[in-house]
Amino acid sequence: MNTDTQTSPQTMFTETAISRQKRHIENVMRVFLFVITSLMIIPLLLIIGYLFYKALPVLSLDFLFTNPKDNMRAGGLWAPFLGTIYLVVVSLLVSAPIGVFAAVYLNEYARDNWFTRITNLAVVNLAGVPSIVHALFGVGAFVLFAGLGESILAASLTLAIMTLPVIIASTTEALKAVPMSFREACWNLGATRWQTIRRIVLPNSISGILTGVILQVSRAAGETAPIMFTGAVFYKAIAEGDLFAYNIVEQCMALSLHLFTISTQVPDVTEGIPYGTAIVLVGTVLLVNAAAIVLRVYLRTRKKW
Amino acid sequence: MNILRKKSEANLPFSETVIETFIRLCGISSIIFVFGIFFFVFREGAGFLFNGLDLKEFLTSVEWQPTSLNNKRYGAFALIVGTFSVTVLAMCIAVPFGLGAAIFVSEFCSPKLRETFKIVIELLAAIPSVVWGFIGLTLMNQLIIVVFNAPIGLTMLNGGIMLALMSVPIIVSIAEDALKAVPDSYREAAEALGATRWQVVYRVLLPAAKNGLLAAVLLGAARSIGETMAVLMATGHSVNIPSGPLSWIRTLTATIAAELGEVARGDEHYQVLFIIGILLFTITFVVNLIADLVIKGIRQE
Repeated sequence: MNTDTQTSPQTMFTETAISRQKRHIENVMRVFLFVITSLMIIPLLLIIGYLFYKALPVLSLDFLFTNPKDNMRAGGLWAPFLGTIYLVVVSLLVSAPIGVFAAVYLNEYARDNWFTRITNLAVVNLAGVPSIVHALFGVGAFVLFAGLGESILAASLTLAIMTLPVIIASTTEALKAVPMSFREACWNLGATRWQTIRRIVLPNSISGILTGVILQVSRAAGETAPIMFTGAVFYKAIAEGDLFAYNIVEQCMALSLHLFTISTQVPDVTEGIPYGTAIVLVGTVLLVNAAAIVLRVYLRTRKKW
Repeated sequence: MNILRKKSEANLPFSETVIETFIRLCGISSIIFVFGIFFFVFREGAGFLFNGLDLKEFLTSVEWQPTSLNNKRYGAFALIVGTFSVTVLAMCIAVPFGLGAAIFVSEFCSPKLRETFKIVIELLAAIPSVVWGFIGLTLMNQLIIVVFNAPIGLTMLNGGIMLALMSVPIIVSIAEDALKAVPDSYREAAEALGATRWQVVYRVLLPAAKNGLLAAVLLGAARSIGETMAVLMATGHSVNIPSGPLSWIRTLTATIAAELGEVARGDEHYQVLFIIGILLFTITFVVNLIADLVIKGIRQE
């Protein structure tokens, strides 16, 4: 072999017109696809930057801790912000246990048969039901049939059912990541199924389950349509600074609905307030999501198997 | 999974039986909820659906006048056309971007860059729909007025762009899964024949993953059809058969969101809104079912 070809593989074969064209197309496509993918960063940065820039005049801690004033034309976000926290917490209390145990059933108990396939299909379809149809369901089932009226409880239950697939999907992933040999070792010691799940499977997948729970929080905090007719109101005055100002059988305000109201229904809102509301909502949701991402990365680094 | 599970299940302690029952109950909760959603939405709308509503008029007439005093009309055709036209427009924008990004992330990317892009896409997916609506109402509205010299920017184009941005993350993640599911031996065989990366993608991966890519597009479309707040705020919300991307429209979802708050319970108008809900539920159910069957099809191969 002569030394020339070893230093430069390109000259090993003479480049024909076809291979030159091939290389050319390859480079063009690589750049093209890279540009297309990068374009997705632009709306994200643009939106956050734009909202933040427009909201700058109103942003302060006071903005978060005072109630809306003058028919929502001025003031802050205390009532809607607290309302969103109530809705998220109550919906989480319902959907987290049901979702986690549903995933436990699907992954640890269910056999591979037609019934399990239907259950999985139901999870997929539940995730695909439009949010406004969830709202209609909430009105029909919780507000009217169960007699809860328009209340935090009815709205939270609607949100809980809507976000259930998020928890089921990520918990299933987390449970699948626990090696089968862990379970087999435990069964061999005479442990029952539930003992195995409680002592071995759940502790080893807890971080993955938490990621799903966090994602549920972010999803529930941003939703508008399901709570519009089931418990969130345009305006409700509550005591500022009192964390227990709402009662769960009464209505509340919510950040997402508040943003909709002040940007479409209320005239002459102080410039900046809708943007401030939007940036608080986006900021909350993205921070919660970032927490999930950090948790997932941390989890991957300390995985023991 | 089940080989080692044949334990003496007959003499389990009582607490264990209780817990297992609870777990099984949670397991089938999704089935209960899907049926429950259909049942309760149907229950509120059924009276008028079977007794009074002219179904032909509902599906073909463009006259939507539910609040008129002496000439009430419930023609949802313009709303159906509105929903589908804005979805098609959104898909025209989202599919090239979504599939392109999925191909790049799955085939051309270094692992580090891939992580970055996936985080960006995840954050994009997390932005609430009401915020997209707000962006449509403010930033995109002004942009369209300036760029197209239009009198008002709240148009089908505006809603389409918002929906595209919302469905791109879904398309990317499902299409990427589909590309990943193609065995590496396919790629290696093609590369051994001297194919470049792009040739591998174009000639081998796209044909091999076409079902999964189709499912990705279908699920993206289902998301667009069901989206409410963004289209309510960004499309002009006016009953109209669109003549182009710059005409305003109204969708099925937005109609429910805008009118449900103003109707009395049991009213014809109230029941019609629930009938629209049944229609939406059915459409997305069918689209999701098809997507699921398409995905299952690949797994069996």
